[in-house]
Amino acid sequence: MTSTPTTGPTGPGPDFSSQRGEKDSPERTDALAEAGRPGHGSFDAHHPPAQELLDDCVHCGFCLPTCPTYALWGEEMDSPRGRIYLMQMAENGEIPLEGAFTTHMDRCLGCMACVTACPSGVQYDRLLEATRPQIERNVPRSRADRLFREAIFTLFPYRRRLRAASLGGALYQKLRPKKMDRLLARLPRRLERLVAMESLLPPVSVRDAFARTPARTPAVGPRRGRVGMLTGCVQDVFFHQVNLATTRVLAAEGYEVVAPREQGCCGALGLHAGREEESAERAKALIAVFEQADVDVIAVNVAGCGSSMKEYGELLADDDEASGVTGDGLSWSDRAARFSAKVRDVSEVLADALEDSRAPRHRVDATVVYHDACHLGHAQKIRSQPREVLRSIPGVELTELPEAEICCGSAGIYNMLQPEAAGDLGRRKAENIRGTGADLLVTANPGCLLQIRKYLTGELPMLHPVQLLDASIRGVRPPGM
Amino acid sequence: MTTATTGAGSTTGALAADFSALLPDTCVITDEVGLRSYECDGLTGFRQVPAVVVLPRDAEEVAACVRVCARHGVPFVARGAGTGLSGGALPVADGVVISLQKLRRILEIDVENRRAVLEPGVFNLDISGAAAPHGLYYAPDPSSQQVCTIGGNVAENSGGAHCLKYGFTTNHVLEMEVVLADGTLVTLGGPSSEQAGPDLRGLFLGSEGTLGICTKVTVRLLRKPEAVRTVLADFPSIEAAGDTVGAIVEASIVPAAVEMMDSLAMEAAEAAVGAGYTVEAPAALIIELDGPAEECDEQFAEITRLCEEHGATRIHVAGTPEERAKVWKGRKAAFAAVGRISPDYFVQDGVVPRTRLAEVLTRIAEMGSEVGLRVANVFHAGDGNLHPLVLYSEAAGEHETAEDLSSRIAELCVELGGSLSGEHGIGADKACSMTRMFTDDDLAVMQRVRAGFDPDGRCNPGKIFPTPRLCGERPGPFRPHPLEEAGVISRL
Repeated sequence: MTSTPTTGPTGPGPDFSSQRGEKDSPERTDALAEAGRPGHGSFDAHHPPAQELLDDCVHCGFCLPTCPTYALWGEEMDSPRGRIYLMQMAENGEIPLEGAFTTHMDRCLGCMACVTACPSGVQYDRLLEATRPQIERNVPRSRADRLFREAIFTLFPYRRRLRAASLGGALYQKLRPKKMDRLLARLPRRLERLVAMESLLPPVSVRDAFARTPARTPAVGPRRGRVGMLTGCVQDVFFHQVNLATTRVLAAEGYEVVAPREQGCCGALGLHAGREEESAERAKALIAVFEQADVDVIAVNVAGCGSSMKEYGELLADDDEASGVTGDGLSWSDRAARFSAKVRDVSEVLADALEDSRAPRHRVDATVVYHDACHLGHAQKIRSQPREVLRSIPGVELTELPEAEICCGSAGIYNMLQPEAAGDLGRRKAENIRGTGADLLVTANPGCLLQIRKYLTGELPMLHPVQLLDASIRGVRPPGM
Repeated sequence: MTTATTGAGSTTGALAADFSALLPDTCVITDEVGLRSYECDGLTGFRQVPAVVVLPRDAEEVAACVRVCARHGVPFVARGAGTGLSGGALPVADGVVISLQKLRRILEIDVENRRAVLEPGVFNLDISGAAAPHGLYYAPDPSSQQVCTIGGNVAENSGGAHCLKYGFTTNHVLEMEVVLADGTLVTLGGPSSEQAGPDLRGLFLGSEGTLGICTKVTVRLLRKPEAVRTVLADFPSIEAAGDTVGAIVEASIVPAAVEMMDSLAMEAAEAAVGAGYTVEAPAALIIELDGPAEECDEQFAEITRLCEEHGATRIHVAGTPEERAKVWKGRKAAFAAVGRISPDYFVQDGVVPRTRLAEVLTRIAEMGSEVGLRVANVFHAGDGNLHPLVLYSEAAGEHETAEDLSSRIAELCVELGGSLSGEHGIGADKACSMTRMFTDDDLAVMQRVRAGFDPDGRCNPGKIFPTPRLCGERPGPFRPHPLEEAGVISRL
């Protein structure tokens, strides 16, 4: 039989053979030696992504369909599997952190849907949290990028500054010319981040922005516990009503609620953006405040904050400095671990209380769609508790969202840093929400509320779950309905 | 090779320029970091950096990309989600990877005729998702169905747990639009399963990308069965479980699926999903029946009796749809979940005649203990499609032993009258073992058929067919050719 030529080089020219194995790359080894960082390749020695964690990935691809950027673009290097591959290459010293590596890591929303999807237990959350500070430390950002990021972190973690800004915001919203949208649309592309920021501004109530959550709210009836409450920064200024609802609901269920006035930002926004040092300082301050408050449980009504506070133990794991009068001579790592063990999402506390519920509910007839905030569902694995709490309201019918596992695009400060991708994801989420035909959307994160509101303005009311529960307990109409 | 004379560097530049004229910048990847993330698929032992990766957005653009490759005389490899376990999407050096991950639209769900028209990048599970509101579903269900794409399923003729009763991908694809090596778009098959002339559709299915790129698929949808019964039965030994499978088939019952897991596989899957497997049991069968409720009940009674007869230690019925989903989720996540109990492992894919299941499993266990390695088994017992997973530690230097054991297991399957691959494909991984199953004449005929479609061998070269240049080399991760080591030859 005649054989037909198929493959293999037949003369000079490019090599079309499938070599079985990696191409040799001696120049990379040289570069590595010059960098003088034996062991961690392009990473520095301070907590690089651990090799054991990288090894957990078996490259099966089960994470791909739940990754928001893969859903948008279908590109390998913007998928969890691809990003882990990139981390390994950087760890091997084969690629620098600067350039493409940073671009693809910056594009990650940190939603952790991949952690939920992974059958082999890869801890992408820890890998990403090790990678981001490496970038912040070692990769110089462009001037505009640096200034924009600084601006965010000079404003958001500070309640007072946010309050001041809210005055400007409220004034701006009153005076905003009708043709502002057209004007903004005409701004050059390099200003798209500012445009994104403008469009996320929620309707500002000056009274709410300056109101304070009561420092102590007594339990209704016999006390079953003393709960410390994180009031948050953005939450307290722009979603003050959620904090008030939280204290009322917890009190109605028999908890004494303490909201220490001295508390500051929990550091979540910065931590998720790789600002490790700054976040560690904020964590310590918060730990000290709540140690003073002497509470059984620390309840959090912001998914992103709760997720970070549960990780303080890891954040301060190697801080062995014994310090502070309040710390009983314990090291920060011990104090952080003790603190983290007390942190619960408010829905966890309320779901536990359901067995012996003290607060009778009034009927709320509504089809409700619950949106899982990534930092609640994926990062804290809290999915059933908020649903149980919502189902405890007579008349509420819960519907599920298609593509529920995919992020809405908010992702901390992502929608300000990567407005285009965030916009595509926001519109996609809005479309899915519309499709359910629900009367009401509830979600447990202010970031999600801001983001989704932008794409569904006026179409349906959006609340935090505790607001709906609060309305039901008090027998009033839920806000916006 | 018309433009290759100026050397690889400038050719790649010219290639990339032609693609850039065709597609937006974001759809042409030429940077090193991007390219390297495409250097392997689900089989990471085989790696090759391509020259360019392109992401066309529709069939016309795929065809145009293929024409650019033809003009430059450059080979190309189509890629879906890159989950293949035989290196079928392994790039070719200086070649092009054509990713189909921007062709992800479900074009039509034709409820009346029970058909769906899909672009190749649609995830397998999403087809059933889109058909569900109409009471329909797509039957072939590879374990990776949440992520593997219909285009990849066509290329590999993929199976899955329920193929025992419902057949493989080829039994469910009616019509395909494909791009041939010269860039022409043709339609194979037709809207109904009866077509005149030779079945080119059937030829294309399972050709692993060596005949062209599929850009549109019409699949059959089935009505969801009236009743489903899922049973989890534990057995005191692998042999007892294997014999039970034989007995079920002998009793003329065709379950929708019969899957077997041994204790190692269950340990891993349980850790990942918590499905309620008995981790201490040496083996378990997942048996699923579907169809009219009455028939299911009748067969269920018979199966329970057969399991008991073979010494089943526990028979548990997954009572709710949620529990049933869990049992399957554990089974389907098992391969990747093995990463939890072993740092490294090889996934093997072979077929034996069903009657020899117990025998082959005993032999595999012996072979494993001889070399001191654990072998986990999780597989489609109903059709004799084995998936032994050889567990080893790269750090402990067990790679060679494990790889050797894995290959010997595949060869054992052939020896026992089975096949080298049940559903993962031959790809790059097993091309060199083809000579164990086929004679030179067999292979030459296959090559001639292939050359009829792709005379220059530019569609996914190096896959399926053993190439003379490589056959001195062992399949598996890279190691130098013996002649290279001796300094006789060198690679370019």
